[in-house]
Amino acid sequence: MAAKRPIYMDNASTTRCDPRVVEAMLPYFTEKYGNSSSRNHAFGWEAEDAVEHAREQAAALIGANPKEIVWTSGATEGNNLAIKGAARMYAKGPDGTTGRGHVITAAHEHKAVLDPCKRLQREGFDVTFLDPPADGVITAKAVEAAMRPDTILVSIMWANNEIGTINEVPEIGRLCHDREVILHTDATQWVGKMPTDVERDHVDLLSWSGHKIYGPKGVGALYVRRRKPRVRLEALLDGGGHERGMRSGTLDVTGIVGFGKACELCKTGMDGEGARLLALRRRLEVELAKRLDVVKVNGHAERRLPHLANISFGFVEGESLMMGIKNIACSSGSACTSASLEPSYVLKSLGVGDDLAHSSLRLSLGRWSTDAEVTEAIDSIVKAVNHLRAMSPLYDLHREGIDLSTIQWQAH
Amino acid sequence: MAYSDKVVDHYQNPRNVGSFGTSKEVKERRDVGVGIVGAPECGDVMQLQIKVTPQGVIEDAKFKCFGCGSAIASSSLATEWIKGRTLDEAEGIRNTQIVEELSLPPVKIHCSVLAEDSIRSAIADYRRKNGLAAASSPTAGAASH
Repeated sequence: MAAKRPIYMDNASTTRCDPRVVEAMLPYFTEKYGNSSSRNHAFGWEAEDAVEHAREQAAALIGANPKEIVWTSGATEGNNLAIKGAARMYAKGPDGTTGRGHVITAAHEHKAVLDPCKRLQREGFDVTFLDPPADGVITAKAVEAAMRPDTILVSIMWANNEIGTINEVPEIGRLCHDREVILHTDATQWVGKMPTDVERDHVDLLSWSGHKIYGPKGVGALYVRRRKPRVRLEALLDGGGHERGMRSGTLDVTGIVGFGKACELCKTGMDGEGARLLALRRRLEVELAKRLDVVKVNGHAERRLPHLANISFGFVEGESLMMGIKNIACSSGSACTSASLEPSYVLKSLGVGDDLAHSSLRLSLGRWSTDAEVTEAIDSIVKAVNHLRAMSPLYDLHREGIDLSTIQWQAH
Repeated sequence: MAYSDKVVDHYQNPRNVGSFGTSKEVKERRDVGVGIVGAPECGDVMQLQIKVTPQGVIEDAKFKCFGCGSAIASSSLATEWIKGRTLDEAEGIRNTQIVEELSLPPVKIHCSVLAEDSIRSAIADYRRKNGLAAASSPTAGAASH
């Protein structure tokens, strides 16, 4: 196949592994293949050294102590371990009873947070799912209003994976520390892109994954605070007692080496990269809004990740729009692509109407995104939207001045 | 999702896109029947307009569609199939024929159902405007404003 590969604008989904990361990993497949738990020979020692070096690299990225890093298979595991592990450890009532404690999260969190929280509900915990405001930002004030005397855990993501909005995590952290409540944050979209300091920002538990920061898939880390307060977790996996008993299982040394290298590269390149991507994203949003009518950038205007834009195009449907921009690899807010007819629950939770929620694209830039790619993406999107609007009955009604919400649709 | 070549072709070169006037104009034209089915929140809205001769033959058809590629292809195909047919013949078109022609996967069968409904809906609208009894179809009419 000599076909040109599409432009990659789905970096919030996963990123290309940086060749420097791959290079760092390679010796650990075939030469330094020891088990980092083997204490009796050089193979084990060099693997352990590599794991501990990566632990330092990971800790440095978030202002933590290396001893506070627990290796995981990714952010889904990190979120599960943090949420279920902390709730079960700090439960106020015994297993099987109700009133075991109160947990606060938000309705537009990732499923890897929502589903563990729903499991806690079935185990007798009370969970509050905060409804985000229209701009998508969860404030400390909103968390404070939901706090109760029996609140034991707050889990609020640092930045949203679909719309890129940034929650008030440092402020929420301060609130939680004042109230002696544990704060977990799913920082998968944030860490590596934006400056992070768990001390300054009062975070107790923080999960992130390698493949969102130009590292390998299948490896992640969970930060677990050791001082003020010392956070304890009930393990999900029992076994050899690895990772201070919190996560048993032979370590993925190769992946961890790559994860560490990815963290180091993000830390050194962060400042310039953020500014570069922000300029590209702004151009994308501004030019699309200039060349098309009824374009809505979802989420807060300013409090958003530099590299992620979620844009709704009125009167066109997301899946057909994707079909018209085959030269761009991105995500659609319409879940039609996953065989269900529900539009994005994240956009719906912000009060974005079903029609616009069906018509959204998530474009996420990354380390290899270029100005020329952004130009091509803008041209393609404009062309596809115009093509689809020319056959959209809804666009006709809009231009005739008819409010779509006043029409009684014959839904199926 | 991989689309069949026919779906891609209809998507890129839709047949008979358009309308016979604004929504207000076509409402007053007795030779035009309009069917609008689906809802924006479901991600599909199909609009089919048929221009019918006094002899009951569909001489022209236009569609507009808000929906996925399969929905666009189903409605585009529907206009091709009903042109030149009598109302009774057009009413006999079944969604399964559309599924077969476009090789639609199971998750996209609703698109073909919508196309069949839009045909019936447009015919019902034409008959209502002209005081003609429905032949057999019990399907409801167009969405009302």
